[in-house]
Amino acid sequence: MAIPDWLRSRRTERDDSRHDAALWTKCPSCAEVLYRPDLSANLFVCTRCQHHFRMSAFDRIAMLIDGDFTEIGSNVLPSDPLTWVDKKAYPVKLATDREKSGMTEAVLCGLGSIGGHSVALGVMDFYFRGGTMGSVVGERLTLMLEAALQKRRPAIIVTASGGARMEEGMLALMQMAKISSAVARLSEARIPFLTVLTDPTTGGVSASFAFQADIIVAERKAMIGFAGRRVIEQTIRQKLPDQFQTAEFLWRRGISIALSIATNSRRFSFACCRI
Amino acid sequence: MNIIVEREKGLLELERRIEELRVVNASHAVDMSGEIAGLQAKYAQIQHEIFGSLTAWEKVHMARHPMRPTALDYLSALDAYDELHGDRHFRDDHAIVGGLGRLGQRNVVVIGQQRGRDTKENLLRNFGMVSPEGYRKVQRLAELAGRFGLPIVTFVDTKGADPGIGSEERAQSEAIARCLVTFAMAPVPIVATIIGEGGSGGALALAIANSVVMLEHSVYSVASPEGAAAILWSDAGKADEAAEHLKLTAADLQRFGIVDHIVPEPVGGAHRDVPGIVGRVVDTVGAILDSLASKSASELTDGRYSKYRQIGALNSERGEATESTP
Repeated sequence: MAIPDWLRSRRTERDDSRHDAALWTKCPSCAEVLYRPDLSANLFVCTRCQHHFRMSAFDRIAMLIDGDFTEIGSNVLPSDPLTWVDKKAYPVKLATDREKSGMTEAVLCGLGSIGGHSVALGVMDFYFRGGTMGSVVGERLTLMLEAALQKRRPAIIVTASGGARMEEGMLALMQMAKISSAVARLSEARIPFLTVLTDPTTGGVSASFAFQADIIVAERKAMIGFAGRRVIEQTIRQKLPDQFQTAEFLWRRGISIALSIATNSRRFSFACCRI
Repeated sequence: MNIIVEREKGLLELERRIEELRVVNASHAVDMSGEIAGLQAKYAQIQHEIFGSLTAWEKVHMARHPMRPTALDYLSALDAYDELHGDRHFRDDHAIVGGLGRLGQRNVVVIGQQRGRDTKENLLRNFGMVSPEGYRKVQRLAELAGRFGLPIVTFVDTKGADPGIGSEERAQSEAIARCLVTFAMAPVPIVATIIGEGGSGGALALAIANSVVMLEHSVYSVASPEGAAAILWSDAGKADEAAEHLKLTAADLQRFGIVDHIVPEPVGGAHRDVPGIVGRVVDTVGAILDSLASKSASELTDGRYSKYRQIGALNSERGEATESTP
């Protein structure tokens, strides 16, 4: 399906008012008031301070993909294997986030082209359960990686996740093993794999496919790390410096392989996808 | 405070009294056998009350019991074991022990997570929490095993990967992520045994295996019950409830297809009969390695692929639950 049609078909499911009603928005970093069309033309990066706005998977895919986009695994949907209830029941939380984000799960996968190159793409969405990884995220990403292997196309995953999804218990943790096994096959077949780490990328996602790619790109100021800030502060009983666990922190230590600290790392990640 | 340790105190006291009476019975001409039998009956009853059926939260404490056999107890029960040290980059992480071992007629590479029994040991072992250099040692040993065609045998026992500043600086995420790929690709049999606590990604880094063995009262969880309770109810005191929710027991995980074999523990837990349980685990691992011995490298990697490929709970659009197929 062509991107505008695909977006239109998916947008009917979402709460349009959240995204499109306000023409003006404020940058959460420098408080600059920005005109939405300008912001969108600048790939959702603040024109004044280069703050990278969090993006929905829809916006990200519309930004990256030119031409057609064929979704993979859209019929794979969540269930409630642990019949989980904390403050709310898990199915209620899923329904709320479905409503809020227009997503059926925390990742959207498919085949399309970027700058004329055919790729397999997976984009995580922080607005659905904090981008956490449960069985569906694992299954959709694995289907996408398997499609990349079968069609011999580069695979790209844009991460945004708080880690494994508690409500699916060990089934969620095992998705790390499932996806890593698929990445291993891709690597053996010498098919390029690229990740773009966006704010935030932590826990089980960061400790698996996010850091298994051939090329890792991090967005500016994105929070990237294994343990959550609170966990570390509780363990060592002291406050952490502000810059700790940011993309820049990793970049200085040579951990993430590429990071544009120039003006706009979104343009840069864009360029990498075109390799 | 460990609730199992607390509850055991009464039992240990009874055990001591029974032993005293036995000595008295043997040395004096007084017949105490009636009292001894009475105490033994009481002992059996209390033991049954405490250990008859353990809740998930009680199993968490059993898994963390200070006397529970650790990785080194299993490694020293092998027919031979020579430790290899260091990641050749930064330092030797003592939370990981591993090296070349001999199990029955077979040379193997063994790798374990090692916690301490007292404060001094725990400082050396970092409470069994592995740092990036530890995971890089794991990778090094696993690659060595792959290169020389040696099966990999791992013993998992950690509350989680180390969450310190230094670990973040040295890329804990990358270290674990690499382990997962290394284990997925290793062209040799892998058997992982959860001997104590299997804490999240830090445990999984040693546990992508052809066969996963778990002790009856071990636990294996996506998050610690305390951590889960703190996140979900903002109250770490609800850890017992969280433990129940998380489905972290061996029986639960066998049902999900995550665990393949459960090794039963003696009444009162593995620490009540260390040589017995260690022997049983080593025999179980040996038998599994026998069953995997004839498989080719691709059969082994494909076997692991399909094991993990099938794990997950999904709903198709039509609403029925489906198992995905490779």
